[in-house]
Amino acid sequence: MTRRRMLSGVAALVLVVLLGTGYVLWTVTKEGAAAAGGQSSTGLRFVDQTDGRNRVDVLAADGSRTAGSLRCQRVYSAGGTTVCLRLAGLGPSYEVAVLDSSGATVKTVGLPGVPSRARVSASGKIVSWTVFVVGDSYAVPGGFSTRTGYIDLRDGTVVESLEHFTSTIEGKVEQRENVNYWGVTVAEDDNTFYATLGSGSQNWLVKGDLRAKTMETVRPGAECPSLSPDGKRVAYKKRAGSLGAWQLAVLDLASGKETPIPNSHGMDDQAAWLDDSTLAYAKVPQGEAPAIYSSAADGTGEAVLLAASASSPSPP
Amino acid sequence: MYVATSRPKGGAELRKRLPSTVFALGTVSLLTDVSAEMITAFMPVYLLFSLQMSYLQFGLLDGIYTGATAVLRLAGGYVADRMRRHKAVAVAGYGLSAVTKLAFPVVGASAFGIGGVLALDRAGKGLRTSPRDAMISLATPKESLGVAFGVHRTMDTIGALIGPLMTFAVLAWLTTSPEPMFVISFCFALLGLIVLVFFVRQPRSDAPSGRVSIRRSLGLLRHAGLRRTTVAAGLLGLVTMSDAFLFVVLQRVSGLNPTWLALMPVGTALVFLLTATPIGSFADRVGRWTVFFAGHVVLLAAYVLLLGPITGWPLVILTLGLHGLFYAATDGVLMAHGATMVPEELRASGLSIVQTGQALARLVSSIAFGFSLQYLGFTTSVALGVGALLVALVAVRVIMLRAEVES
Repeated sequence: MTRRRMLSGVAALVLVVLLGTGYVLWTVTKEGAAAAGGQSSTGLRFVDQTDGRNRVDVLAADGSRTAGSLRCQRVYSAGGTTVCLRLAGLGPSYEVAVLDSSGATVKTVGLPGVPSRARVSASGKIVSWTVFVVGDSYAVPGGFSTRTGYIDLRDGTVVESLEHFTSTIEGKVEQRENVNYWGVTVAEDDNTFYATLGSGSQNWLVKGDLRAKTMETVRPGAECPSLSPDGKRVAYKKRAGSLGAWQLAVLDLASGKETPIPNSHGMDDQAAWLDDSTLAYAKVPQGEAPAIYSSAADGTGEAVLLAASASSPSPP
Repeated sequence: MYVATSRPKGGAELRKRLPSTVFALGTVSLLTDVSAEMITAFMPVYLLFSLQMSYLQFGLLDGIYTGATAVLRLAGGYVADRMRRHKAVAVAGYGLSAVTKLAFPVVGASAFGIGGVLALDRAGKGLRTSPRDAMISLATPKESLGVAFGVHRTMDTIGALIGPLMTFAVLAWLTTSPEPMFVISFCFALLGLIVLVFFVRQPRSDAPSGRVSIRRSLGLLRHAGLRRTTVAAGLLGLVTMSDAFLFVVLQRVSGLNPTWLALMPVGTALVFLLTATPIGSFADRVGRWTVFFAGHVVLLAAYVLLLGPITGWPLVILTLGLHGLFYAATDGVLMAHGATMVPEELRASGLSIVQTGQALARLVSSIAFGFSLQYLGFTTSVALGVGALLVALVAVRVIMLRAEVES
């Protein structure tokens, strides 16, 4: 090997390292400009996605936006309790943090996968989450499974996975082992919950009982349920057709009447009820960063953009 | 068990015994694996958080890519032999994979676009693998092939360990913006490419020129030794559970917190990288096929452990140890063995045939195990796996014994 060739090689290596480091330092120190947004009479808490810092911002009822110091991939607040699913370093790489109304961390638990959904019951006592465990793909190469857990703050119980619950699918007690659960929402009694159960290529909306550790299917095809504050309706995403895009729909629990939400086509989120008549959800506009929209829960009117470059809607 | 019987080799002695090409290609693979594994670790966060997309859309396509790129290996091997320029084909493969890292931000949140970029990345991997392994085998004297591939796989696996650590360090302490992540990954790939271009020389071959044709490459399958190797490796590949499946079962059986699932591949990789070189050296002395076969017996032991009665940490440590040993005894060793079966001028084609057979077999096995899991549950699936591996081991032993009788 000639000396000249080796020197050129070393020079090229050094150049790449210098340019790469320079670029990364430049992007990391660059301040992101807050993205445009709309107004919400109810206020909104969300994760800002403009600059890679994942700040939790609050949009006030008057449209003013306050930047927070908390950094999360997924956030939700209710009853004075905030749940924050976030990156935690090298191992475990993710964790769930529970914060009280003063912003102090009450509890953290390591998570086995990428944050997906987070929810706090209206009382602030039951904190639940769903993560994607990527890599334990047994059915399909490159596939995934979900892990859904919750903390009961009344006695500090941590349940890391619902997989030990007894599920009844269409009246039959489930025996198969590859059942996935995701998107929990807990009712006012802090015991009744709704969630999604997936097995094979089928998904169901399930209704369950935390104390009894049981659940049974309610209807097929409905995912990521979200109970309304009055407890009478459930908002969920469902596919238009077998492989179509998701769309938001609201089910009236008493009458069983399902109302599709217009303009929500292409959304993928566990919707948040900002009040008894307003839903907020993330959707990715074609070729753009994810954004948060709100829609009337009765299926009237148009979707309104609340925050661009944002995800994880929550009541303020 | 193999580690104990092989005397440890000092680094200086290894450097004297092995050509610099092996270390240079090891460095190329190390840097490229940092780049590739960074993206693998980042992809779920990128899709689910940055783009808010559903992961499901990609799982289905992934299998198809694996199959398609397996076939590309055959093309890469053939072209490298035909042009007698293994290095040029490897540069094309590594270069293609490097460029794809910068294509992610361009395609954005399009399932089709991301799928296409991932497919191109795999295509690059498919193209480069057999010319690279052929270069290692052409540069190394026959009696050191095992240790040469061992050193290469050790360096390669070090890169695979650094990659995910890099990703989570950047995510937790620097930024979750996707662009810097892709640029860092691209830089590592570029460093690997530079090492390949400036520090690796195309091994000279004394074989007569102009004799490589498709007919002759395919004719390799008529060569009894290579055919038997391909069939036997394919047969064993058919009954090898995917890593993911093994880790899931291990987590369930051991009763460990699911949080540890993400760290299980690290355990396997650590044992793999620590033992690949000594086991490769051992294989040079006792026979590479013997060690390859023994590696699958070790795997059988790991499967049997999953059926009980040990649980908890002892089970995890034992199983991951055996799983790492299995890789150390089979991955590079199979290439070292295959290299002795093929004439120099057809080396890349020959190795690509063995690799493709094994890759396709493993794809079939991961689908089959997936189905069995869905309908039969964990214990039955593992018991089936044990039975199938046992049958395959007996069949391979019979094939090889018959070969010995014939010769």
